[in-house]
Amino acid sequence: METPLSDRVVQTEEKEYSYLNLGPTHPATHGIFQNVLKMDGEVIVDAEPTIGYIHRAFEKLAERRPFYQITPITDRLNYCSSPINNIGWHMTVEKLLGLEIPKRVQYLRVIIMELARISDHIICNAVIGVDTGALTGFVYMFQQRELVYEIYEEICGARLTSNIGRIGGFERDFSPKAWAKINHFLVEFPKVLKEFENLMTRNRIFMDRTIGVGGITAERALNYSFSGPNLRAAGVDYDIRVAKPYCSYQDFEFDIPVGINGDVYDRFMVRQGEMWQSLSIIKQAIAKLPEGPFHATVPDFYLPPKEEVYNNMEALIYHFKIVMGETDVPKGEVYHSVEGGNGELGFYLISDGGRTPFRLHFRRPCFIFYQAYPEMIKGSMLSDAILTMSSMNVIAGELDA
Amino acid sequence: MEVVEQEKIVGVINEKFDGEILQTEMLYDFLTITLKKDKIIEVIRHLYQHPSTQFQYLTTLCGVHYPELKQIAMMYQLHNLVSNVQVRLKIYLPEENPTVPTLTPVFAAANWLERETYDFFGVIFQGHPNLKRILNVEEMTIFPMRKEYPLEDQTREDKNDTMFGR
Repeated sequence: METPLSDRVVQTEEKEYSYLNLGPTHPATHGIFQNVLKMDGEVIVDAEPTIGYIHRAFEKLAERRPFYQITPITDRLNYCSSPINNIGWHMTVEKLLGLEIPKRVQYLRVIIMELARISDHIICNAVIGVDTGALTGFVYMFQQRELVYEIYEEICGARLTSNIGRIGGFERDFSPKAWAKINHFLVEFPKVLKEFENLMTRNRIFMDRTIGVGGITAERALNYSFSGPNLRAAGVDYDIRVAKPYCSYQDFEFDIPVGINGDVYDRFMVRQGEMWQSLSIIKQAIAKLPEGPFHATVPDFYLPPKEEVYNNMEALIYHFKIVMGETDVPKGEVYHSVEGGNGELGFYLISDGGRTPFRLHFRRPCFIFYQAYPEMIKGSMLSDAILTMSSMNVIAGELDA
Repeated sequence: MEVVEQEKIVGVINEKFDGEILQTEMLYDFLTITLKKDKIIEVIRHLYQHPSTQFQYLTTLCGVHYPELKQIAMMYQLHNLVSNVQVRLKIYLPEENPTVPTLTPVFAAANWLERETYDFFGVIFQGHPNLKRILNVEEMTIFPMRKEYPLEDQTREDKNDTMFGR
């Protein structure tokens, strides 16, 4: 017997959703993220992100470490641009101590931080290319990232987790070889960036895949406390380098690229524009680089060079005092933020005068804007969800602290 | 921050919530206002809506445990992106059973930040849509950022830490 028509209508209205586990380890997510997606066919109805897979208790660890030992922890927040984190932390401590930093140090820091921003954006934009199916650009751009890492290597000896500089400045001045590598990068990189831009920005396939995908309005972005390129792509020109200039950023001439729709394409273009601006800032900093010492004269906090520690009584005493925590640290509460690779990276430090912080809170941009992810992918396809995540530049290390 | 700007913010709070402010101080470059704990969300909403303050961006919020005071402080940092003014609001909650209303109706960004604070300090945010642990495993029974939980097991005997750290 045939079922009556009314019964059939009821049956079709009862929708059955399927659930898809995207992650925790999935090659397309570039990190350990789990998302349980509620799917209606290929359309995403809802998403439930789970985070914390690589939580390493940085805030608790920091309460037991003296200030100079916290720098390596900050490396592991956004490990794609660790020098920015290191220098941001150093500046926070310098603010607490009220130190005057020489102009040369500030300019050198600007050079390093802008190189780090470029390497961060290289990863993000190249990976957006990969997720839209263009592996070629990725390979070209990653060769340039290698050049940035060689510069870090020349300055501090490390590559990924850089632990660059010290409280008060740098451990050594840039060597002639480092300058040569920076100049080589400044000559080589614009050519590749231009080529990459030619390959991607007006590419019909790339534009079809990215325009109107994963968008967010400026209003929602502000309500979600977006910062960095993701906020600027939505059309808000908030950049800490301009809003609260640190490290002599007020001395340089640069634009803040902004988007309109806040979609994947705009985020890509904002990062692309920022790389050009960073190159210009580095060139200006090199042109205007003042003479002077490469660190502030603060023997109480700046670790003396090792050869002096072994041969010089005074240096040995200071070394001992710093390492054993005999120097007085002022009591205070200080917040300092820098423009990190993907947004406002803030350090909220409470010192009670002990050798370690009483409380250290990291304002991690990823952690704050990633919570908008379910809202951004609702109603889109699965492949767009992956593209949205890679364009937001969510770094697992920073997300989970 | 200029004194005029500080007085304006304090004035806006006093206008509607007279007697709520316990202390106003400049900590380095940051105006910090300590408030009574009961009306914190109303104060933030007022600062959000008032035409002369318009703090419509939540920079961050976090907890701080003070074991000597037997209190947990909550810190909210607000930012007005147009006039580029920042303010920090602080409240103190009792260590036992710290509860505060949620900020999620005002700022969507407060959702995970409050979950994080619950996860590490055990602060209960009343009315929060999804108050569960975020970074730690759900089976955890303690709130690890409280000061009574030292980083390492204090009963260890193979390691003498009297010289280093607390």
